[in-house]
Amino acid sequence: MASTSDKLPWWANSVVLPLLNLLAAFLVSGLVIWGLGEDPFLALSYMVEGAFGFEEGISYTFYYATNFIFTGLAVSLAFHAGHFNIGGEGQAMIGGLGLTFAVFMVGDFSPFVSIVFAIVGAALFGALWAYVPAYLQAKRGSHIVITTIMFNFIASALLAYFLVGPLQREGGQMPESADFPDGASLMGIHELLAAFGISFEEGPMNISLLIGLVCAAGVWFLLWRTRYGYELRVVGQNPQAARFGGISVSRMTIGAMMLSGALAGMMGLNELLGEQHRLLGNFTLGYGFVGIAVAFMGRNHPVGIVLAALLFGALYQGGAELAFEIPTIQRDLIVMIQGLVILFAGAMEHMFRAPVVALFERVAVRRAT
Amino acid sequence: MEFLADITLLADSTLRIATPLILAAFAGLVAERAGVVDIGLEGKMLAAAFAAAAAAAVTGSPWAGLVAGVAASVLLALLHGYVAISQRGNQIVSGMAINIVVAGLAPTLANFWFHQGGQTPLLTGDARFGAISLPFADALADVPLLGALYSEIISGHNLITYLTVVLVPGTAWMLYKTRFGLRLRAVGENPEAVDTAGISVVRLRYQAMIIAGILCGFAGTVLSTGLGAGFIRDMSAGKGFLALAAMIFGKWKPVPTLLACILFGFVDALQGRLQGVDFPVIGEIPVQFTMMLPYVLTVLILAGFVGRIQAPRASGIPYEKDH
Repeated sequence: MASTSDKLPWWANSVVLPLLNLLAAFLVSGLVIWGLGEDPFLALSYMVEGAFGFEEGISYTFYYATNFIFTGLAVSLAFHAGHFNIGGEGQAMIGGLGLTFAVFMVGDFSPFVSIVFAIVGAALFGALWAYVPAYLQAKRGSHIVITTIMFNFIASALLAYFLVGPLQREGGQMPESADFPDGASLMGIHELLAAFGISFEEGPMNISLLIGLVCAAGVWFLLWRTRYGYELRVVGQNPQAARFGGISVSRMTIGAMMLSGALAGMMGLNELLGEQHRLLGNFTLGYGFVGIAVAFMGRNHPVGIVLAALLFGALYQGGAELAFEIPTIQRDLIVMIQGLVILFAGAMEHMFRAPVVALFERVAVRRAT
Repeated sequence: MEFLADITLLADSTLRIATPLILAAFAGLVAERAGVVDIGLEGKMLAAAFAAAAAAAVTGSPWAGLVAGVAASVLLALLHGYVAISQRGNQIVSGMAINIVVAGLAPTLANFWFHQGGQTPLLTGDARFGAISLPFADALADVPLLGALYSEIISGHNLITYLTVVLVPGTAWMLYKTRFGLRLRAVGENPEAVDTAGISVVRLRYQAMIIAGILCGFAGTVLSTGLGAGFIRDMSAGKGFLALAAMIFGKWKPVPTLLACILFGFVDALQGRLQGVDFPVIGEIPVQFTMMLPYVLTVLILAGFVGRIQAPRASGIPYEKDH
């Protein structure tokens, strides 16, 4: 693979190819929408308008994108260590549970303390939920893909247990907790902008977006600027070489997976602390799985992941508007479109490589003559 | 006597629940022995369950359902094959993507065709694969023990469960006793050698995917037309993943995989029976915890009993002819 990618300039590799894949996914989605008797171009215009056409829509787009930044970074970090963390969904659920425990533990003592506790609680619980499959992979050789999938199911049941049991809102019927104590919430970006005198319509986008960006920078620094990150990547690329070089593969596996789980767990900051202000059953809504696509589309680089997260955020928000405008099209169809984007951008990323390489070679030959 | 009746019921539902697991696990077995990792079993099952229920609802015939279910599953298997074999893409991502596409597409189509909130109409009577009474089941019911075993446990399942009894040894025989099976296993262990012998790696792997698709199609069909009576959203409920775990527990071998599936079927049947039961000392176990049982067991088994195991050597690795 490396030999073919060398022939392409970086922008063709990391911009043109992903865009072509995306186009292919949209083409198939368009065909399905057409098959359902709706106009695909109208649908597309509703989606773009819904995602970027007005300030509240933009706020939602970035709000969803924040979830994907966390889960995308989570998948990517584990992947750099050579592991497939399909458990982002479950780690996010348990992270949300940890966040909720932390917030109620502090009560309305002080907003700042609540938020610090919430971040620690979310990251810690997410990391611990990833620790078990990681430990089993490292010490017992249990297939991490299977164990993380099983841990998703277990997390979902556990969350359901707490939300219809100990954590349920008093007298409530829904699987949800009581409202978080006052002050246990993250500032909205519109409030932040207002402090600088910029007016922006109220929306769910909140400062966990900034926390997510800081995490992205942190992951970049860790992976490419520290010894630990270097060792982590060596383990991912060649465990034998790592072992010969004196790096403990099992220690790195556990470390990378726990960091990955912590990142996935922090998704709750955006959803729960930023917007919902309570714990909800299945609040993760598949964001953990979409993180796989975000990581792959972003070429496993933090900058790419942030951009891919924005794309999926737009897809989510645009899709919600689309479902609102065209009743035939429901949330399920948006799930399908996501799946197609994952298929084309994640699994078939080499689909257009050969033709694009051929094109570049022809151009190069013509220039030389 | 009540205890005996409990056991009989438990054994009966174990067989029912294990049927789709066994079929899906054997689909995974064939794919992985040929070198293609397939975590899209879940999606293929769900697609087959939907296609079968839709076709059976429209035509009134479960056979049309079976054909549609198998066709849907084979199509997806070929798609996964195209990604894994021809595109040399990431097989885990491809499998996940197929699962997500189906989870979205099936309810969309169900809603578009039947307008019942993402379900298919309830199948009744002859539109399902109903319970089949084996010959003399009634007559032998009174014979102590053996009669009950025959009439209560062995008799009275749907056709696909009985078909599974034939398909499973058939698949094992194909894998181990035919030239085709030998080549299939070889292509999962050492594709270079198969290629050197002048046999097409690509062709063999596609053939394996078709067989996996057919088996998975049966698994999905039995869910919606045999065990259930119509398609419901997310009705595969992780069975594809459990089947995969059973296959790993069974070390990619037919008989141990079969036994693992029956064990998982038993645990699932048991958790159904445990719901709402009042235990001495601990009292009633919350339903969420009994529901976790199969998944927790899977993790324990993978961690405790299986240990380090060797997957087919070339599984998950795309084959590139021109190194």
